[in-house]
Amino acid sequence: MTIKEPVEDFATDWDHTDPRWVRDPYPIWATLRETCPVAHTDRYGGGWFPTTHEMVSSIANDTEHFTSRMVVVTNNKFPPNFIPAPMGGAPPITSDPPFHAIARRLILPAFAPGPVNALEPQIRSLCRKHLDAMAGHEFVDAGTGYAQFIPPGVIAQMLGFPAEDEDIFREIVHFILDLVDLAPEERGEMSEPTLNYFSNQIDDHLANPRDDLTSYLLNVEVGGKKLAREHVTGTIVLILVAGIDTTWSAIGAALWHLAQHPSDLARLVSEPELMPLAVEEFLRFYAPVTMARLVNDDYEFFGCPMKKDDWVLLGFPAANRDPEVFERADTFIIDREVNRHAAFGLGIHRCVGSNLARLELRVALEEFIVRFPTFTLANDADVTWAPGQVRGPRQIPIRVLS
Amino acid sequence: MKVRIDPDICQGQGRCFSIAPGLFGFDELGNGVVIGDGTLQADTLALAQLAQANCPEHAIFIEE
Ligand code: HEM
Repeated sequence: MTIKEPVEDFATDWDHTDPRWVRDPYPIWATLRETCPVAHTDRYGGGWFPTTHEMVSSIANDTEHFTSRMVVVTNNKFPPNFIPAPMGGAPPITSDPPFHAIARRLILPAFAPGPVNALEPQIRSLCRKHLDAMAGHEFVDAGTGYAQFIPPGVIAQMLGFPAEDEDIFREIVHFILDLVDLAPEERGEMSEPTLNYFSNQIDDHLANPRDDLTSYLLNVEVGGKKLAREHVTGTIVLILVAGIDTTWSAIGAALWHLAQHPSDLARLVSEPELMPLAVEEFLRFYAPVTMARLVNDDYEFFGCPMKKDDWVLLGFPAANRDPEVFERADTFIIDREVNRHAAFGLGIHRCVGSNLARLELRVALEEFIVRFPTFTLANDADVTWAPGQVRGPRQIPIRVLS
Repeated sequence: MKVRIDPDICQGQGRCFSIAPGLFGFDELGNGVVIGDGTLQADTLALAQLAQANCPEHAIFIEE
């Protein structure tokens, strides 16, 4: 990996992998919003970072000037095995209209509230299993011992992949989302084993079809034709990557917050009916997912001369802290009633997994605080945060008080 | 007063049917739908307004 110059001025040289941004991006974003409000960088081949809710919303809703062909900022806008728009490498997230609607519609029913809510008992028992393993210890890790285990188990089951492959899933996610600084050649080489893993799973499902999302995608027909194999692979990779460290980050951030805010923890324990409001506020305040777009053609946006193929970092988490839209935006209010947050995106790419993510977050928190009604952060200096566009705490050392 | 969801704006964010399950449901794609004809009483008006204030897509309309 190349050693990078530290950032001196985020307004003209932003880098979302800079250690200060990774640790605590909110003051950086607040300053940019007040003084800039669209930051620029020459890193990653050039890109912009708009910081207001209005701008984020208008980009998310403008698929004419901004393409979703690439949604993760890396040094490589045109990888060798690249599949162009309108499908892109991971439909529907990398797709543009009109193909996007087709690819999205295929997977929406599986993630609608009906089928998702039916998963609640399993999610609950998965949480209890991991809490049982933590029982009796005064010091536990709410990240590596708990949060990271919940989403992969659910996704493995939906896709019909072996549950014991969880470590492989986390490696894949780490490669795609965290290691964005690799040189283009390094990224190319590393995706081989990843692609092989999915290829083997697909072959296995072709040979032994079963009742899961993978077999469904292999069999479903659009206009009388089955999907291209690369479409199936792309969607499966997407579901796995989008479904794992996003929700893991959300669960982790919520537990990290509760470990430092005993009054919020006490209220949730004594007023469990607050949980739905609390979940939305956790999602607003610690929104884990930042997306990206590429500029389709030269375009002036709020006075900024954007050039074809410039990156645009689409900061839903930054939009969620905009004081124009949220009262006391930088204050966590556990029973905030009006909370029009954008944690799951805005417009046609709204997170397909949002019902599932909310369910996992709620159940994981409910089970954790029933088991451990009081706990505190053992040492904030040991908390590590995932870099890149999905941000959340990884190590969360906790001291259980009761 | 009546509440309606504009299906061209709704993206299935799911806030309305969580906040006011008596007023809103969802279709097989997970998009929000109004239950019944959307007529609001004094007590349901406030709930509909709360759902409206939480809709990230501004897809909920309350009209005479
Ligand atoms: C707290 C957890 C999660 C957060 C914050 C989150 C956030 C997001 C955001 C912001 C987008 C919009 C992408 C864009 O505009 O380019 C998105 C898209 C997506 N998410 Fe999630 N996500 C979460 C969990 C999940 C889960 C659990 C799944 C599925 C298993 C999932 C599947 C997807 C898919 C398939 C898309 C693409 C939708 C499209 O392009 O039409 N996500 N997510």
